[in-house]
Amino acid sequence: MSGSLVFSQFMGGLTTAMFLFLIASGLSLVFGVMRVINFAHGSFYMLGAYLAWQAVQWVQPSGGGFWLAAIFAAVAVGLLGAVVERFLFRYLYGRDELYQLLFTYALVLILGDAAKFLWGVGQLSVSAPPLLSGSVQILGTTQPLYSLFIVVIGPAIAFFGWYALNHTGVGRMVRAAQMDREMLDALGANVGTIYTGMFVFSAFLAGLSGALVTPIESIVPGMDVLIIVQAFIVVVIGGMGSFWGTFWGSVIYGEVLSFGILIFPGFSLFSVFVLMAVILIVRPWGLFGKPL
Amino acid sequence: MTTELRTGEAVAPAGGIVRSPAAAVPLRTPLVRRIPWTLLVFIVMATVPWLGSRYDTFLAAQIVIDALFAVSLNLLLGTTGLVSFGHVAYFGVGAYVCGILMKTYGVPFVIAFPAAGLGAALFALVSGYFCVRLIKLYFAMLTLAFSQIVWAICYKWNSVTGGDQGVPEIPYPHLHWMLSLPGCGDLSIGDRFYLLALVLVAVSLAVVHRIVRSPFGRVLTTVRDNPERAAFLGINVRAYQLASFVVAGGFAGLAGALYGIFSRGVFADYVFWSKSAEVIIMAILGGMEFFWGPPVGAAALVWLNQAITDYTQYWPFVLGTILLILLFVFPGGIVGGLVAGFRLIQRVGRRRLSPRHA
Repeated sequence: MSGSLVFSQFMGGLTTAMFLFLIASGLSLVFGVMRVINFAHGSFYMLGAYLAWQAVQWVQPSGGGFWLAAIFAAVAVGLLGAVVERFLFRYLYGRDELYQLLFTYALVLILGDAAKFLWGVGQLSVSAPPLLSGSVQILGTTQPLYSLFIVVIGPAIAFFGWYALNHTGVGRMVRAAQMDREMLDALGANVGTIYTGMFVFSAFLAGLSGALVTPIESIVPGMDVLIIVQAFIVVVIGGMGSFWGTFWGSVIYGEVLSFGILIFPGFSLFSVFVLMAVILIVRPWGLFGKPL
Repeated sequence: MTTELRTGEAVAPAGGIVRSPAAAVPLRTPLVRRIPWTLLVFIVMATVPWLGSRYDTFLAAQIVIDALFAVSLNLLLGTTGLVSFGHVAYFGVGAYVCGILMKTYGVPFVIAFPAAGLGAALFALVSGYFCVRLIKLYFAMLTLAFSQIVWAICYKWNSVTGGDQGVPEIPYPHLHWMLSLPGCGDLSIGDRFYLLALVLVAVSLAVVHRIVRSPFGRVLTTVRDNPERAAFLGINVRAYQLASFVVAGGFAGLAGALYGIFSRGVFADYVFWSKSAEVIIMAILGGMEFFWGPPVGAAALVWLNQAITDYTQYWPFVLGTILLILLFVFPGGIVGGLVAGFRLIQRVGRRRLSPRHA
């Protein structure tokens, strides 16, 4: 195995990983704070992709068009998240897991069909913004600039999230809500607003990652159910509700998938599911999580 | 009306109708309970090939097979209180075992069918051994992981499972002998297979019903309602959960075997995780607190599906909406709603009869 092949697989895995981190961090955050496992998170990601495509049709992707479209998609999905949390998720807190899983699955069905209704079943795609459409030579491999951008933006958001969670007033409230909702409520904090805010932020991240994935992957119906299983795997590996766990879980997932293709072609999907099962069996709370 | 899916103490005994203390000693058995409903339903279902169209038989076959699948799931969900999000794995293992044995190796149905159940039960034993060690969400996640492992194997192991091509054209079992029975001379092979499936499902349901009502089944409900107390009474909770998991897996495998032949092929799509959600919806729609809930849910879902796809292609949208309404308004499902309605009528009737009000 040559060095440049290893490097290019590594970079490919890292790109996958950073996308998954953007998606799974929202899923993990909602689970960590509200104890709800949200199947519809993948649907938010899908809607982000479709909305970005839609916005690009309005403003041509020349210049800053793509970025405007991505921001528009993320904000729109965030707003949808606010509506969903205020009117539906409210009733899920503290319910047993069957209720939560089915409820959010119902949202998957509804949002999936809504997307089919609005945008049809054909494949759609968006071209990369002109600034990042080129590629560079690194260690004898050709790396698209766009992938490098994603590899940079992932850790940047991770760092931002870590800082916000651990060194700001809002982050302190969120951590308190995660530990003891009743106590925070009794101390006079508005837990309902914190929950809505967390949910909107998580939907925003999902919408943003959906928008950012459009130059790399085509937009198709069914991308919601495919991504949510991957996000589950990442969250399970890292530990549900653990922030850095989600980051490293994404990296492990991306690299196992990427090198798995090299070592056992055709069975790389198998290997990530086995990894998920093994982690659940050996350490159900994940590599970085704490036992519930 | 309680909006909880399960409210701890207020849960009905699995597979049974809740009886209030007053109703436990009725003056005489109410008329509805004296009618042999199961026999009636069986007879009506058995006449479908003669009285209905070919399409009716097709729908009836789907209902019958889904009913067995949903009942097998409900052994976990309703009786034992385990939320499996990967039950389709055992359905899929059964379908592939039966399909591959019959198509590739030419094994007769008489052997391939039980082998499918055994294969699925064996896989349930291995995966369940790990699953029952986890609680709640982790249990659901691990069952999901195992089912996706099965899916990945089915999807990629070209030499055995046919990969994304699946195992097409599984032969029908030899059912020529049925033609010589009186009145069966002009039944198509599809009709004959439907009758065979109906009988096999009826027998399987009878066995599951027996299991649920046995002392073993009662222990399972104890484990569901209060695992700590069950353990304190000396019950090996995990062993009982595992036994339930294996039995449920085995019957799911039998349903899968029938489904593979019915749909003329086995494909990796059958094992994708969203199918697990569908079967849970069947159980909830019918009412998971009742033995006959899941079959009613299966029938309702198959019927609704075909009724709605006549009007619109957006069936998932309708299904999602039904599911939301169900969870908010009718957590007891169809059977739960019927029982509540029936008890209301009964209570009104009794009040009218009681001397104090006369």
